[in-house]
Amino acid sequence: MSVQSNVEVHSEWGIVSARQAGRNLAKELGFGGVDQARITTAISELARNIYLYAEKGEIVLEGIEKKEAGGVHRGLRIVAKDQGPGIKSVREVMEDGYTTSGGLGAGLPGVKRLMDEFDIDSITGEGTVITVVKWLR
Amino acid sequence: MADSYRLMQEQYVKILKTYLEDKNEIGLYQAQQFSKKVLENQISPEEVVSLHIEALEQFYPDLPQGAWDSFDFLIEIMMGYGMAYREHQILRDKQKELESEINVAANMQQTFLPDEVPDVEELDIGVISVPASKMSGDYYHFVKDNNGCVGVAIADIIGKGVPAALCMSMIKYGMDSLPEQRLQPGALLENLNRVVEQNVASNMFITMMYGSYDPRVHHFYYSGAGHEPGFFYNRAEDTFEELYAKGLVLGLNRDTQFREYHKKIEPGDFIVLLSDGVTECRTAEGFIEREELTRLIHQYSDLSAQEIVNNVFYQLEKLQGFSLRDDFSLIILRRKV
Ligand SMILES: Nc1ncnc2c1ncn2[C@@H]1O[C@H](COP(=O)(O)OP(=O)(O)OP(=O)(O)O)[C@@H](O)[C@H]1O
Ligand SMILES: [Mg+2]
Repeated sequence: MSVQSNVEVHSEWGIVSARQAGRNLAKELGFGGVDQARITTAISELARNIYLYAEKGEIVLEGIEKKEAGGVHRGLRIVAKDQGPGIKSVREVMEDGYTTSGGLGAGLPGVKRLMDEFDIDSITGEGTVITVVKWLR
Repeated sequence: MADSYRLMQEQYVKILKTYLEDKNEIGLYQAQQFSKKVLENQISPEEVVSLHIEALEQFYPDLPQGAWDSFDFLIEIMMGYGMAYREHQILRDKQKELESEINVAANMQQTFLPDEVPDVEELDIGVISVPASKMSGDYYHFVKDNNGCVGVAIADIIGKGVPAALCMSMIKYGMDSLPEQRLQPGALLENLNRVVEQNVASNMFITMMYGSYDPRVHHFYYSGAGHEPGFFYNRAEDTFEELYAKGLVLGLNRDTQFREYHKKIEPGDFIVLLSDGVTECRTAEGFIEREELTRLIHQYSDLSAQEIVNNVFYQLEKLQGFSLRDDFSLIILRRKV
């Protein structure tokens, strides 16, 4: 199973398309309504950041699997990448209450809490890659 | 987590069913109790909506498609609350952590203050010092030298809370590192001023009053560095007069000189030293007047010095609805009759 979709993000339309693709894949993988909403919210936040701070980039969505003692685990991976300005202080940005939206729990720390795995790579002047995963319960 | 969600779901279905059948206040009361449980189990808002949807799927499987679709919409709307809720939980934990750190620091700070007043045959001494929040920007200090003279210092760091407390620990260190032999109040402030000028950020200011009581001659010598004036109570005339000492605040100018004043103290006379948290005690009608303060002190003047300061504090605290706006320190030194 390697359904993978890439969505270009350079406008608000791109954000909506990325959400749509994410929702379709989440449904396909068997995520329930609440988890679908979590996945699309995470996509929204990541895609909005690309649109606002890097102007353009892409969201890559993929169904993934991992083998564990209890059997095969399925999940959905979102990779948000851009070649924008990068994030100067990732540590600061990941601090709760940092976002410009003013402590409503949104932004990158919010995305981290919505998902099961979160990884960020950002180099100033080169760009940002954020990878998040949600596992099926 | 998944477990508690299942449990919650079973209960939700049960109590919703009861309510839909009986439609009475008992059912709604159960809902209210349930909402507490949901919070205890850290179930987020979007999950509560989902509990509701799943219950409806059991009770009314034939709802029109539009109704089901609208729930997707509702879940999406609840996501913002969900995110805010999760952050709230984390910030609450953080706050607890900070609070316990501050408690430790506040305990440490307490050890900077003398734990008892000096025991002098000729004097009755009372002191109270209460921070507005956990940490204080007020400082006081007593020393008794070989000649039996009692030195008393009261200082107020402009500002309050943690920054003021850090600065206060500096003052404590500065006082401790002054030369051993007894210093005249003016010379002491000049010394301390240099320490502060060198070591404290230029935007922090400290006011201070230092006095020395000589029980052999019953003279009180004192100097001030921009500090809130105290009072001198003359028992024979039953009057209060201002105990003012001209001088710049500490840390402003390296070479500040401090004038020294003195006062002859007769039996029953007393000296009142205070921080501006006492006079800037704010009530609904504005700051209290200094006359009101002296009237209050006078009212309790038959009691011991410690009882006077305790009572004055209690009355002023009460006036402010038991929440202090500034650190409060009050010291009384009375010549015994
Ligand atoms: N892809 C990116 N490229 C460059 N900078 C970024 C990127 N994503 C985030 N940032 C920087 O990190 C900061 C924090 O982002 P985050 O999404 O957490 O909060 P926000 O966008 O400021 O507010 P909101 O809560 O509305 O999302 C942004 O203000 C921005 O400076
Ligand atoms: Mg953002």
